[in-house]
Amino acid sequence: MSNVEALLDKVLSGGRLSLEEGIELIERGNLIELGCAANTIKNKLHPEGMVTYIIDRNINYTNVCVCQCRFCAFYRHVNDQDAYVIEKAELYKKIEETLGVGGTELLIQGGLHPDLKLEYYIEMLQDIKKRYDIHIHSFSPPEIVHLSQLSGLPVSEVLLKLKEAGLDSLPGGGAEILVDRVRKQISPNKIGWREWMDVMDAAHRLGMKTTATMVFGHIESSADIITHLIRVRDQQDATGGFTAFIPWSFQPRNTDLGGTTSGGYEYLKVLAVSRIMLDNIPNIQASWVTQGAKIAQVALSFGANDFGSTMLEENVVRAAGVSYRIALKEIQRCIADAGFIPAQRKTDYSIIKTFPDLRAG
Amino acid sequence: MLNQNILSKIAAKVASGERLTRDEGIALYHSNDLLTIGKLASQVRERKNGKKAFFIVNRHINHTNICINRCKLCAFGRDAGDPAAYVMSLDEIEAKVAESAGQNISEIHIVGGLNSDLKLDFYIEMMQRVRKILPGVVIQSLTAVEIEFLAQTHNMTYKEVLETLHNAGLDSLPGGGAEIFAPRVREIICPKKIDGEKWLAVHRAAHEIGIRTNATMLYGHVETIEERVDHLIQLRELQDQTGGFLTFIPLAFHPQNTALESMGISTTTGYDDLKTLAIARLMLDNFDHIKAYWVTVGPKLAQVSLAFGVDDLDGTVVEEKIAHDAGAQTDQAMSKNKLVKMIKNAGYIPVPRDTLYNVVEEGF
Repeated sequence: MSNVEALLDKVLSGGRLSLEEGIELIERGNLIELGCAANTIKNKLHPEGMVTYIIDRNINYTNVCVCQCRFCAFYRHVNDQDAYVIEKAELYKKIEETLGVGGTELLIQGGLHPDLKLEYYIEMLQDIKKRYDIHIHSFSPPEIVHLSQLSGLPVSEVLLKLKEAGLDSLPGGGAEILVDRVRKQISPNKIGWREWMDVMDAAHRLGMKTTATMVFGHIESSADIITHLIRVRDQQDATGGFTAFIPWSFQPRNTDLGGTTSGGYEYLKVLAVSRIMLDNIPNIQASWVTQGAKIAQVALSFGANDFGSTMLEENVVRAAGVSYRIALKEIQRCIADAGFIPAQRKTDYSIIKTFPDLRAG
Repeated sequence: MLNQNILSKIAAKVASGERLTRDEGIALYHSNDLLTIGKLASQVRERKNGKKAFFIVNRHINHTNICINRCKLCAFGRDAGDPAAYVMSLDEIEAKVAESAGQNISEIHIVGGLNSDLKLDFYIEMMQRVRKILPGVVIQSLTAVEIEFLAQTHNMTYKEVLETLHNAGLDSLPGGGAEIFAPRVREIICPKKIDGEKWLAVHRAAHEIGIRTNATMLYGHVETIEERVDHLIQLRELQDQTGGFLTFIPLAFHPQNTALESMGISTTTGYDDLKTLAIARLMLDNFDHIKAYWVTVGPKLAQVSLAFGVDDLDGTVVEEKIAHDAGAQTDQAMSKNKLVKMIKNAGYIPVPRDTLYNVVEEGF
């Protein structure tokens, strides 16, 4: 029995893998054997044969950002010609369109704008909640820390005020790779890994759920990827507030960092290893936005149980040159064609509606 | 579970190198156990080709889009007189070929429409000119459909046409035009195109005079699973008799801009692509190579397919028009470095080859 087989046996009998063991998997494991283990774990966690997705809208309220990460193609300076901050009327229109197509969630994220104060965000949340019945899954940790700095309030206080104003949960963006050596190179002005995790810790302790992401395929090592996974796993042991983990690959076009995007093979491998390592996180999302529909569908055999969101608007990834577009119908087709029942879910992964008739065979 | 029993039986046959039946091919298609199918195909792949992943540094030229067949599956063909119709002159083709001189390419790949103005003389001179500019390069040109058209035009046998072109420089035939052999399907997607019998007869004739050829299958339109498996079996039978096929290339159908788009046909899914490649590897036990053509399935999926039975990723291509006119969103060319990196990142050994699978460079 190879070392990798022994490790996979250990996991499948309920064991947990260490940093060294995780590195061994990612460096020595072959794609299909990792996929088989990840798939077995997924089937144990999700025996219903369903694959979920959410209808949501991604609203990027501003592209002005003082962070200016090297992997990002979206940010602008305050004075740039194409810098913007969204108008209220436009915001409401987008929300109404979202509700109109059966959407249940708003993913509001933006740049770190130097002039938008905490009050702006509180008012935005209150305005939305006053008018609409919709889940607000918004503001990633860098935005929360930015607000904490602008207002002089501690992170937990900022979160509490936003929660009281209507914020329901936090997206897991800005995690990139949770290793400061890597962050210093790709996003030198962005918060460190500990600060990112502290925001999640505070949110979980206030009863807010969050997701966690990972952006790989740039300058990180295998050890960095596994360290990232273990840091997320440790936090989950402490607070249990992560609903899902979403790995996605770096998109190099129009970015300062440049380079080439990771292949489908590397993506599926990282996805499978994520499912294998993160024994305490219930859901793993496939990323059709960065991988395209074909690989996202194949990911359903490599540990993913969720197709993510319809992303009615995704300016950030679009700015980096991903030309994939999938309508809701295409998401449902991919799920059904792979032999699963498509199911629309809420942010908390409860099922709204299933579509068993779409399943092939 | 019935399906699980069939898969176990197939696994045992694959392990002992036994040939799979039509029913077993169909059962594989009906299974959604992608990883098991991949694992079996990978076994065969490694037995035949180890960890090698072949690719070719080549150049495609589509010399004319004028075509009398105007198949519904095609977004490339035009009627003569259409504003978007074109024919490259021999000088233009020569100039394109000359661009490739000094780039260490191993193959020139020229296919086009059925253009009544282009007679055998044109193609003889085309082969001669290409051969003169690139003496060491393999010329893979003219599908069975084009060969049959020339034979008919000049009232010659397939062998006569092929021998004439072979003498002028033609080395190998590409596998295009096979589509799906079933007459029911051809009636819908390409009613004027030669039937499956003729396609196979042209390839048989080529093999008999020592011209190696490729085979394809266009999937993801109106065909059934059974029709796909029958297609594979017809290829396998000819290969048993001649051994002249080099590689099998499933081509994912791209509906955009074709007359089939209005029928609501979507692009193929990732599952379908990987299953089709893997099942081809399992069914075609007498083919040495299975190729994923990255232009039609996309480079990401092509890379993943190396673990699902595929041992060849085609090549650098340059200026592909046929799939792109049908909405393929892939780039028109892939650099050699990119191909090498893709293969290495997946843990396979890049092997640059020529059309006949001679290794042209080692030590990657």
